[in-house]
Amino acid sequence: MEFERKEAPGRDPKKRVEDWDQLHEHLTEEELQQQGARCMDCGIPFCQTGEDKKGRTMGCPVHNLIPEWNDLVYKGKWKEALHRLHKTNNFPEFTGRACPAPCEGSCVLGIIEPPVAIKNIEQAIIDKGFEEGWVQPHPPESRTGKKVAVVGSGPAGLSAAAQANKAGHHVTVYERDERIGGLLMYGIPNMKLEKSVVERRIDLLREEGIEFVTGTEIGTDIPAPELTKKYDAVILAGGATKPRDLKIEGRDLDGIHFAMDFLHANVEKLLDDEHKKEFISAGDKDVIVIGGGDTGTDCVSTSMRHGCKTLTQFEILPKPPESRGEDNPWPEWPHIYKVDYGQEEAKARFGDDPREYQVMTKKFVGDGEGNVKELHTVRIEWKTNEDGRKVPEEIPGTEKVWKADLVLLAMGFLGPENPVLEQLEVERDERSNAKAEHGDYHTSVDGVFAAGDMRRGQSLIVWAINEGRGAARECDRYLMGTTELP
Amino acid sequence: MMSSDQGLYQSHHEHDACGIGFVVNIQGKQSHQIVEQALTVLHNLDHRGATGSEKNTGDGAGILLQIPHKFLDDSCQGLGITLPGRGQYGVGMIFLPPGREERLACEKVIKEVVKEEEQEVLGWRKVPTDNFYLGQSAKDAEPSVRQLFIGRSPDIRTELEFERKLYVIRRKITKRIENSDLADKEYLYINSLSSRTIIYKGMLTSTQLKDFYPDLTDPKMESALALVHSRFSTNTFPNWKLAHPFRYLIHNGEINTLRGNQNWMHAREAQLSTDLFDVDMDTLTPIIQEDGSDSAKFDNCLEFLLLSGRSLPHAMMMMIPEPWEKHESMDDEMKAFYEYHSCLMEPWDGPASIAFTDGKMVGATLDRNGLRPSRYYVTSDDMIVLSSEVGVLDIPPEDIVYKDRLQPGRMLLIDTQEGRIKSDEEIKHQIAREYPYREWLDENLIDFHDLPYNYQEEPENSHEDIIQRQKVFGYTYEDLNVNVGPMAENMLQPVGAMGNDAPIAVLSNEPQLLYNYFKQLFAQVTNPPIDPIREELITSTETILGSEGNILETTAESCRQIRLKTPVLKNEELAQLKNINDLSGFKSKTLPILFDVNRGGEGLEEALDELFAAADKAVEEGVNILILSDRDFNLKKAPIPALLAVAGLHHHLIRSGNRTKVGLVLESGEPRETHHFCTLLGYGVEAVNPYMAYESLHDLIREGHLDLSFKRAQKGYNKAVVKGIVKVMSKMGISTIKSYRGAQIFEALGLDKELVDKYFTWTDSRIGGIGLDTIALEAKMRHREAYPNYRTNGQVLDEGGQYKWRKGSEYHAYNPKTVHTLQLATKNGDYELYKEYSNLIDEQSDPPAALRSLLKLKTDESGSIPLEEVESVEEICKRFKTGAMSYGSISKETHEALAIAMNRVGGKSNTGEGGEDPSRYTPDPNGDSRNSAVKQVASGRFGVTSEYLTQGKEIQIKMAQGAKPGEGGELPGRKVYPWIADVRLSTPGVGLISPPPHHDIYSIEDLAQLIHDLKNANKDALINVKLVSAVGVGTIATGVAKGHADVILISGHDGGTGASPQTSIKHAGLPWELGLSETHQTLVLNDLRSRVTLETDGQIKTGRDIAVAALLGAEEFGFGTSALITLGCIMMRVCHLDTCPVGIATQNPELRHKFTGDPAYVVNFMKFVAQELREYMAELGFRTIDEMIGRTDKLVQAETDHWKARHLDLSPILHRPEIAENVGTRCMICQNHGLENALDIQTLMDICEPALSDGKSVRATLPIKNTNRVVGTIVGSEVTRRFGSKGLSEDTIHLKFEGSAGQSFGAFIPSGMTLELEGDANDYFGKGLSGGKLILYPSKNARFDPAENIIVGNVSFYGATSGQAYIRGKAGERFCVRNSGLHAVVESVGDHACEYMTGGRVVVLGETGRNFAAGMSGGIAYILDLNQQFHKRCNTNRVVLEQLRDEDEIDQVYEMVRRHAEYTDSHRGWRVLAKWDEMIHRFVKVLPKDFKKMQQSIEKAQQEGLDKDEAEMEAFLQNK
Repeated sequence: MEFERKEAPGRDPKKRVEDWDQLHEHLTEEELQQQGARCMDCGIPFCQTGEDKKGRTMGCPVHNLIPEWNDLVYKGKWKEALHRLHKTNNFPEFTGRACPAPCEGSCVLGIIEPPVAIKNIEQAIIDKGFEEGWVQPHPPESRTGKKVAVVGSGPAGLSAAAQANKAGHHVTVYERDERIGGLLMYGIPNMKLEKSVVERRIDLLREEGIEFVTGTEIGTDIPAPELTKKYDAVILAGGATKPRDLKIEGRDLDGIHFAMDFLHANVEKLLDDEHKKEFISAGDKDVIVIGGGDTGTDCVSTSMRHGCKTLTQFEILPKPPESRGEDNPWPEWPHIYKVDYGQEEAKARFGDDPREYQVMTKKFVGDGEGNVKELHTVRIEWKTNEDGRKVPEEIPGTEKVWKADLVLLAMGFLGPENPVLEQLEVERDERSNAKAEHGDYHTSVDGVFAAGDMRRGQSLIVWAINEGRGAARECDRYLMGTTELP
Repeated sequence: MMSSDQGLYQSHHEHDACGIGFVVNIQGKQSHQIVEQALTVLHNLDHRGATGSEKNTGDGAGILLQIPHKFLDDSCQGLGITLPGRGQYGVGMIFLPPGREERLACEKVIKEVVKEEEQEVLGWRKVPTDNFYLGQSAKDAEPSVRQLFIGRSPDIRTELEFERKLYVIRRKITKRIENSDLADKEYLYINSLSSRTIIYKGMLTSTQLKDFYPDLTDPKMESALALVHSRFSTNTFPNWKLAHPFRYLIHNGEINTLRGNQNWMHAREAQLSTDLFDVDMDTLTPIIQEDGSDSAKFDNCLEFLLLSGRSLPHAMMMMIPEPWEKHESMDDEMKAFYEYHSCLMEPWDGPASIAFTDGKMVGATLDRNGLRPSRYYVTSDDMIVLSSEVGVLDIPPEDIVYKDRLQPGRMLLIDTQEGRIKSDEEIKHQIAREYPYREWLDENLIDFHDLPYNYQEEPENSHEDIIQRQKVFGYTYEDLNVNVGPMAENMLQPVGAMGNDAPIAVLSNEPQLLYNYFKQLFAQVTNPPIDPIREELITSTETILGSEGNILETTAESCRQIRLKTPVLKNEELAQLKNINDLSGFKSKTLPILFDVNRGGEGLEEALDELFAAADKAVEEGVNILILSDRDFNLKKAPIPALLAVAGLHHHLIRSGNRTKVGLVLESGEPRETHHFCTLLGYGVEAVNPYMAYESLHDLIREGHLDLSFKRAQKGYNKAVVKGIVKVMSKMGISTIKSYRGAQIFEALGLDKELVDKYFTWTDSRIGGIGLDTIALEAKMRHREAYPNYRTNGQVLDEGGQYKWRKGSEYHAYNPKTVHTLQLATKNGDYELYKEYSNLIDEQSDPPAALRSLLKLKTDESGSIPLEEVESVEEICKRFKTGAMSYGSISKETHEALAIAMNRVGGKSNTGEGGEDPSRYTPDPNGDSRNSAVKQVASGRFGVTSEYLTQGKEIQIKMAQGAKPGEGGELPGRKVYPWIADVRLSTPGVGLISPPPHHDIYSIEDLAQLIHDLKNANKDALINVKLVSAVGVGTIATGVAKGHADVILISGHDGGTGASPQTSIKHAGLPWELGLSETHQTLVLNDLRSRVTLETDGQIKTGRDIAVAALLGAEEFGFGTSALITLGCIMMRVCHLDTCPVGIATQNPELRHKFTGDPAYVVNFMKFVAQELREYMAELGFRTIDEMIGRTDKLVQAETDHWKARHLDLSPILHRPEIAENVGTRCMICQNHGLENALDIQTLMDICEPALSDGKSVRATLPIKNTNRVVGTIVGSEVTRRFGSKGLSEDTIHLKFEGSAGQSFGAFIPSGMTLELEGDANDYFGKGLSGGKLILYPSKNARFDPAENIIVGNVSFYGATSGQAYIRGKAGERFCVRNSGLHAVVESVGDHACEYMTGGRVVVLGETGRNFAAGMSGGIAYILDLNQQFHKRCNTNRVVLEQLRDEDEIDQVYEMVRRHAEYTDSHRGWRVLAKWDEMIHRFVKVLPKDFKKMQQSIEKAQQEGLDKDEAEMEAFLQNK
C-alpha cells in the first residue's frame, strides 16, 4: 500500500472547546485523492453491505457506491463522484459528518491495514459539490397530482420527502419543532453538524417544491386522521424520541436532565437569542453523563463548551478491547475502544478519559434544596444467566459516591412518543414501534407508511435515509401502481 | 441401428480421428501386392483406432482401390454378368437392408433410377462377407453388401461425364429412398458408385477388414493405389456408414468450421447454375448431406467441386488454402489464386491430414497449421507409402530413396498417369496460372481504403445525452471501466480472476443482452485450440463484402467485392459504405432495426418480419450491401437486439436463397465487448460499426477519464476487439475470420427452441427458455432506464455488478453474507453456522443462483432412513478433491494448507500446473503430508518430471479449464519469484506461457497416447482427464473413456481462475449440470460408464450441490473457490495482479504474511459438507453414494414463477436412458491399459533388472517397430522410484534399438538411461525427458543422405526438463516445444521449433522451418545458418539474434556437436568440427530478451558477492 490512512485532522481539542465551530480541518485535495487511491475496488466491497448483525451495522445501509466514487476522487473526477454519491444518498453532507461509518468497519483493507477514510471522502465530495455550485435544485418536470404528507423532518422524513417529490408527488412535511431537521437540527451538536449545513439542504428541498409546515405536531395540533383524509398517502417518520429513564431514588431532583433536552436547548440558544426552551448550562458545574453512546459523547462535548468544572461519563458495559475480539471478527462493526471527540476534549483539558466503565447508578442524593448533589454507584460485572443472557451483577465493596450538580441521562431511546400512531391505529411491534416490514414500509393502515426510527427504533442517520428512500419508493408504487424510484 | 438423440445426447456431436495411409505405385502399375501392403499398413495403425465396450467392435476401417477390373470381370462371369471393358461401367458398392424383402424393395428403386437416367443395370453381385470375428453391436447393425454394375450408355462421351451421371444416380437413389417409407431404409448407403474407384469398409477394427471382405485377399484384386483408414470415434453407436474412406478421401483430423461451411454451401445452392448436369439442381441439393460426419461433408463438397470440372488439387486448394496473407515468401501468382478463391469460398478450417484420389491421381495435404502427422517413404521400385506414422510397412532401408513428411499447407501429388510425383510448387503454379487471377482482382476486388471518402463529422452529443444513449443499450459503469475504456487504453481484452458466481442470463433478474444467452464453444480433445499470438502467421482477420458469384463458374466478376482488413468499421468507414452507390457493381441500403417498445414480443416479431421482407426486396432491387441500423431509436422505438436481427436475417436470406447475393453490415450501439462481436460474426454479419462504443470513448476522453486522443483510443479499442475475436476463434482452433463468420460456434442457453430454430437455426438450445416476449421485455427494461418517467438524483450509469458484486445489482453467490458466514463457520468449527451459510446459498430463489437451484430433491418420508445408517463422513470425504490451483497462482502457504487438509480427510488436492517442490514428498514430523495426491499435467508441462509423475496417486490431464476453456495461460515475469522458477524449472523474472493446446494432443487418438504415456510413467496412478462442460462433451468423454482414462472430470464453466479474459470467464462453456448429465447419459448408452469414475466441479459450495451432482452421475467432487474462502479469500478478484490482500493469490512475501488460513478450516468445511450430504442421503434413503449415482429419478424440476426461469425445461438433464440390466451406471471395472504388451514389461524390465536392483551397467540391442510405443518409460519410472530424481549414473542402462520406433519413444526417462535408435522414429520422441539420453540415426544400410531426410516426427522433446539428445537427420514440426532443460543436437527442424522454450540448449546444424522461437522465454538455440535465411524464419518478438563470441559458450557448443558426431557418426557433424573456426561465425545464437536481462542481473549480483539464491532474488526484484 503506497499511502497510509489519513483522516481530516481534528482541531486542537483545547482550543476548539472555546467555540462551536466544526471539529475538523479539511484534508487537501491531493491528500483526499491519495486516500481514494487506497481503495482496492474489491470484488466484494463489504463496505456496501448494509445489514444489521448482532444489533450492529455491517457496511453502509444506503449502499453507497464507495469503490466507484473513491476511484473517481482518486482520478480527480469530483463532479462525477458527486453524481454517483447522490445516486444512493440524498444527504451525504449529513452522513459524511455524523455517521459512525460502519463502511469503514467492513472495509476489506481493514483486514490488514487501517481502512480507507471513506467518511472523509464522502464529506469532501459533497462539500466540494456545494462549493462549486454543482448541487442545484431539480424540481420534477411534471406533477402527478397526488399529495403526500410526511410526518417528521429528521433524516428519514427528509429523504422520504425528497424522493417522493422527485416522483412528482406534492409533498408536505410536518414538523412539531420550530426548525426543520429533527435530530439533525437538535440532536447533533453544531461542531459535528453545522446547522447551516442542514439549512442549506432544507432550502434546496424547498426549492424543489416540498412544502414544510413547522411548529405543528400531528396528533396534537392536527388530528392524525385528518392527514389521511387530506392526503393520498402518509409517511410517518416521527422518530423514536422517548428517552430511556433511570427510575431510581432521587430522580426527581433538579439538575437531572435527559440528554436531548440539554442538547435541544443548547441548539436553540445558539441559533437565536430568544430561545423558548429553558437553556441548561453546564458552566462551572460538576457534570456526570450517564450513557456511553454517541449522545453521551455529544453531551460531554457540549458541557465542555459550556465550561464545566469536572466531567465524568458512566458506561455500564465493560471497556471494549483495544483490538477486535475473537467474537467480533471483520467485517463486523468493530467493537473496540475508541476515543471520540468529546472524550478527547475532556482528556485534553482534565487529563483523563472521562469514562468510567461498568458503573451502575444506585441513587441520586440531593443537597436538601431539591438539587442533585451526588450519585451513589456500584461497579458491576456481566454474568451469563441460565437463559444464556448477560446480566449485571454488583461487585460488593465497590460502592462509590460522585459529586455532581448536573446529571445528563443519555441511555438511549425506547420508541416513538408521538400520538400519531395511536390516532391512526397503526399496529405496533413488540418494541412499540410502528409495525411494517423493512423494504415494504406499509403499515397496517392503508396508505400509511412508516420509516426511520419510528419503524426501526433508535438507529443511525444512514438507516433513516435508507428507510425514507424506501418508504417513498413504496409509497410511489402504492400511488401509481409502479415505481421507478430506487 | 443408430442410437437416436435422447436426453442430452445428440448424434451430430460425434467426432472421429484416426490413422491414415496409402500405398501407391507411382507408375500406375496395378498389383495385388499394393492391396496387401495397404492392409498391412492398416494393421499397424490399429492402435490409432479404437474399440468400445466390446473389444471386437471397431469404430471403422476401410480401403479405397481402383476398380479391380480383372477381379470383377472374373467374379461376374460366374454370375452370368458380362462386364464391358475397363472404364465402360460403373460399380456401386452398396449397403442394403439385411432382410430380403426390404433389400429387394430398395434394389427396385435403384434400378428405377438407373433406368430413368438412361443407363443400363448390368447386374448385382452379393459381396461375400464373413462376420465371424465381429462384435455383437457391429453384427446387430450389419447390412447386406452388394455390388451394382451399371453400363455406360454410348452417348456419354467422357469419363468425367459418366462420373457426373453416376453422381446424379447416387443422389437420386439416396434421396428417393430417404423420402420413401420403405422398411429398414436407413441401412441404405452407397459407399461408392464410380467407374474409377471402389470402397470396401465397415464398422470393423483395422484387423477385421480383410477377414470380413474375403474379396480383398483374392490375388486378382489389383490396384495401383490403395488408401486405408482406421477410425477412432468418440462414440461407438453402431454405424457402418461413418467408416472411411469416403468417395474421394480419407481424413485424420476435424473440421472446426463445419457448421459455417455447410451453411454457406447451402446458401450458395440458390446461385448454382450450370449445364454440366442435365438435371435440376434441386435433384442434387443439398450438396452437403446432413447426416454425415465432418469428413463425409468435406467429401461431399470436394466431390461437387471436382464434378464441376475443377481438378482434384484445385478443389483441395480452394477448401484448405495455405495461410497466404502473411506468408513472407509466397509469390504473387499464388497469392492471387488464393485471394480470388477466397471470394468464392471460405476455408474449411481445422486440423487435417487428408489423402485423396480420383482413381488416377493420389494426393495428400495438411491443414494450414500442420497439426496432423503424415510421413512418407519413396522407394527405388517406384512405390510411395504415406501414413500417419513411419514403420507401418517393412521396407528395407537400402530400398528407400528418400523419406519426407507433409508440411503445413503443402501438397503432395502423385500422378499415376504421368508416372511421377509432382512437387507442391509445380502443381500449385500450374493451377494458379490457369486464369489471370491477379488481373481480375486488380480490376474487381476493391480495397476498402480505395472507396470514395465523403464523411462529415456528426455533431457531438452532450455528456448527459450520451448517458441516456448508453442506457438505451444497457451500458453500465462496468462496461466503460472494465471493457470499453481499458480496451482502448491497453489495446487488449480485459482480464479478470476467480470464477463466475453470478447466475446465467436466463436466471438473472437483470435485463440481459441477448449475447449473454450464447455460450462460446471451444476445442477440447478432438481438435486443438491454437495460439493466435505466437502463431499469428496462420491467422487472418480479413473479410470480404459484397455478392458472391456462382461457385461453379470461374469468372472475373466473382471477385467484384470489397476487402476489409478487419470486420470492425469506424463511423467514417460505414459512411463510405453508405455512399458507395456511385461505384459500379455496388449498391447499399440501410434498413432500420427498431421495434415498437410498447408492443412487446408481438411488435418485435412484426418488426423482424418487416426487416426480412425489406431485405428480400432490396436484394431484388440489386442491393448487395445491406446495412442494419439502430441509430434512430427514440422514446417509442427501441433497438431490436442486434444479434437477433443479424442472425434472423442471415438465416432468412439463406432460406430465401438471397444470402450470398448480399453482404450484411451492422450499425449498432449495442456491441461493445468481444463476445458481442464474436456472436454477431458467428451468426453471419460481415462487418460491425459499434458507434456507441466510439461515442463512449469520445465521452470518456472529454470527461477526462481517458488520456488519449480519440484517434488513438478508437484504434486501441478496435485492435482489442479484433484481437479478442481472433482469440475466441482460436479457442475453437479456427484461424481465419472468413471461416469463423457464420460458423455458429455457440450453444444457446436459456432460449426457447422454436425461437432458436427460426432465428438461430442449427444452434443447440437444450433446455429451452425465453422467447420473443421476454427478449422484448428485457429491451423495454433497458429502454425505460433511458427514458424514465422522472429524474432522480445521480443520473449516472448503473454500476453493472456483473464482474464484481455490488449491492442492488446482479446476484452473486459469494456476497458479504455468505463469505462471512462460511469463514466464521469453518474457523470456529460451528456446524450450525455452516448450515446458515448453506441455507443462504441453497435457498436462494430470486434469482435462482444456478440450474441446480431449479432441481428439487425428491424426498419423501416413507423412503428416508436413519442418519446413522448412512456411510460415514470419513468415507464420503475420500471423494472430495480441491481444484487444480498452481503453485505460482497461489502462495505456498495456501497451496500447502490445501494439500495438508485434503490428506488429513483422505481426499485429494491437486498440484495445478506449476509442478511441486520435491521437499513436499517427505511427510512432516507431525504426520501431515504436503504432497498433493493429484499431479496435474497441463499444456505447459511445468515441473512435469519423472519424479513428479511417480509421486501422484492420480495424474490429471487438463484439457480445458472452466474459466477459460480453449486457452493457455501466462504467468507474467513479475510473478515468477525465484522459488516459483525453481519448481517450474525456469528463470526467475521471466514470464512463462502455457500454450492453448497440448502439443501432443491434437486429436482423440493423441489423447489416448498421452494417457498411455502417463500410465507408463506411473502404472499405479489413475489417469484423470479434465474436460469442460459444453454441448457434445458427453461424446468427447466417451472417446476419452475409450482412450482408457480412469477418471473423467467435467468442469463447469463457472470455475475459478488466477487470470483469464473476462470474455472467457463470462461466456465460454456451460454449467456442469448439463455437461455432467450429458456425459453420464452418453457413457451409459455406450456401456462405458462402468469403466470410468466421473468427477465434477465448478462453484460447488454445499452438501446439496454434491447431492445433485451425485444424482446426475458424479462420483467425485471438486471444490475450488469455496476451499479458498475458508482460508480467508474474500473474492478481491485480483489474483492476476499479485496484490491479494489476504496472502492467498500472491507470491509477494509481504502479502503472504497476511495469510491467516489454516488447514483445519478446510478440514472443517469438508466435514461439514459431508455431514450435510449425509443428511440429504438419509432423507433420500441412500446408504452410500454409490447407490445415488445417476439416480435422476430422485430429482424433479422445481416449480418457479421466476420471470425467465419458468420457461426452462430441464427434463433432458433428468433423462435416464433405457439400458439393459447388465450395463453398469457407475465405475465398477478397471480400464485395461494394455501395459502388459509394452516392450518394457515384456523384455526391458528383465534386461534392466541388474541396473534396477544394484545399479549395475546394462547393455542390449533389440529390434523395434512402430507398434512398440512409449519404449523405456516403465523402466524409467522404476529407476526414479528406486533412485529418486537423481537417477543412475550416466549410461548405466544403455539400450540399442533397430527399426522404426513407435510414438513417445523414451518418454520421461530419467538420468542414467540411454536409448539409442538406429532407424527412425515417430511423434513425441523424448517427451518430458527427465535426464535421460536419446541417440537417433538412420540405418547404416540407408543410401539416402541422412541430413536431408526426415528421421523423427513432430513434437519431439515436448516438455523435456533435462537430458541430452542427438539426432542425425531432420526433425518434424515443433521440435523442443516447452523444453526447459534438455540439451539437443539435430540437423534440421520443421516449423515452430523451440516454441515456448524456457531452458536448455538446442543446436541445429542446418535449416529450420518458419516461426522459430515463438514465445521462447528461456534457454538458448544455436543455428548453423549457412545460407543466411534464418532471420526470416525466426519469430523475433521475444528473442534477439547474436553471434557466438563467449569462449566458454563456444566450447560448450563444440562439445555438444562433438558428442553428436561421435554418437551418431554424423557426417555433417564431423564436417562442422573439421572447419570449426570458420563455422563458429556461421552460427546464429537465439537468445530470449528477458532471459538475457535476468541472466545478466543475476551474474552481476553474484559478482557483487551474493550467493545464488540471494542473487536471484535481487535480480528478480530489480527487474520486477
